[in-house]
Amino acid sequence: MSDLLIIGAGPAGLSAAIAAAEKGLSVTVIDEFPKAGGRLLGQLHQEPNGEWWNGIQKGEQLSQRARQLGVTIQCEVSVYDISQSKNGWDVYTTKGEYKAEKLLLATGATESPIPVKGWTLPGVMTIGAAQIMGNVHRVKPGNSCIIIGANVLSMAIANELKLCGVNVKEIIIPKADITSNEAGNPEQVLSSLMRLTHLAPTPILRQLGKIGKLVHPKIAIKLFPRKGIRMFDIPLRLKNAALEIVGDRFATGVRTANIKANGEIDHTSEKVVDADFVCIAGGLTPLSELASIIGCSFKYIPELGGHVPVHNEQMQTNIPGLYVAGNITGIESAKVAMAQGRVAGLAIAADIMNDWEQMETSINKAIENVNITRDKALIQFHPGISDARKKFYQKSEVDLTQISKIKKREA
Amino acid sequence: MTMRVEYHPVLGNLENQRRITIYFDDQAYQAYEGDTIASAMMAEGVKTLRYHEVSGKGRGVYCNIGHCFECRVRVNEENIVRACLTPVSEGMRIHSLS
Repeated sequence: MSDLLIIGAGPAGLSAAIAAAEKGLSVTVIDEFPKAGGRLLGQLHQEPNGEWWNGIQKGEQLSQRARQLGVTIQCEVSVYDISQSKNGWDVYTTKGEYKAEKLLLATGATESPIPVKGWTLPGVMTIGAAQIMGNVHRVKPGNSCIIIGANVLSMAIANELKLCGVNVKEIIIPKADITSNEAGNPEQVLSSLMRLTHLAPTPILRQLGKIGKLVHPKIAIKLFPRKGIRMFDIPLRLKNAALEIVGDRFATGVRTANIKANGEIDHTSEKVVDADFVCIAGGLTPLSELASIIGCSFKYIPELGGHVPVHNEQMQTNIPGLYVAGNITGIESAKVAMAQGRVAGLAIAADIMNDWEQMETSINKAIENVNITRDKALIQFHPGISDARKKFYQKSEVDLTQISKIKKREA
Repeated sequence: MTMRVEYHPVLGNLENQRRITIYFDDQAYQAYEGDTIASAMMAEGVKTLRYHEVSGKGRGVYCNIGHCFECRVRVNEENIVRACLTPVSEGMRIHSLS
């Protein structure tokens, strides 16, 4: 029995483990991937000051620090059920049952699919799959690739694949239909890229950010060259759509066509572009299945990437003893996840020691740090994150005092 | 043909990797210690890990982090596992599903 069980050994889970262990809690972290680090593992991009953000190193530093503090980290453990017990939580996994007084879900995010025709062919994978394959396993899925889906994630990973020696032939968008939604509309794609902050991880995104302040996307997409603009020498083609991934036994290329600013296809321009593998970049959404089997309440917040478990700024959900941190609470950068993890770790420590008053200052400081980190974040997945968060927390049904009252009543 | 990223301008070079032998559908392949089944097979250029139960069409790695279950394979005549989450071991016998 641990004081705290954390599901997910990514930036949020490990940071929470460190914060809680520093306060003397016994902490166990489990993860189903063979290595700790979560989504940090694949990340590799240059900061505006020229330094590389090496997620693998960062992940190693965090797990090393956690282990030094006595945290148990167990990988290759998959959770399949959770139930609440008198003393806390029973968590059922492929490696047996875990018991803990408090539970933190730091399960991160999952990639939204765009089911382009032919997407089940071997050699078609998510952009994140290719990232992990290249940066973590150090294997190229092929020598050349086409990326379907133009967003901040796909543009950052395109460059990472290039560093692995992959010829990224082009980034195009899916054809407009009921499954691709805004991702298939050139004007809306450009508009969302243009709203990205000046701190964006690629020079071209920073440029688009600057232009975005001056030019309306409606005009900008008209001026956008059909052959695309080059980013790290990779063509970004917002006026080309993927109609179908082609190949007999495995993917060999993509049938593409020119499209108008509103997404309308010019079928006379259809052609097949060859590639060894094809990446689908549909964006990220919170991975919250475990919160849902526990019976946590959810709220749909598009700016945060979809349905998120209801929680307050202290990372408490509406279920006493259940906490969340990281991308399960909304899609943001790893640095924000780390800052949130610290808040959760401290709040859980306060909860266990039943001493919110003494911990109040440090928790508030950690919350303030989340906000500062969010404002400075290099990768802003959605321009409205900060406002959406504020609104959500103001209206949050999870009130700290309420939870304390419940606890007192139970006692 | 190996698809290993031996040299990398930022992450550095792969050095002193311990090689092991695994079997996929009874054929021997070289893998590196620390590989998952998925990365080992992809390094060897094998993209198809199973065949769809109804259509018979090939399936391979899709999400690579355990969410989609597209890469499931049978290991050592018993367990069905996700290739992307399962580390290889010396002499491991992996079978495609159909």
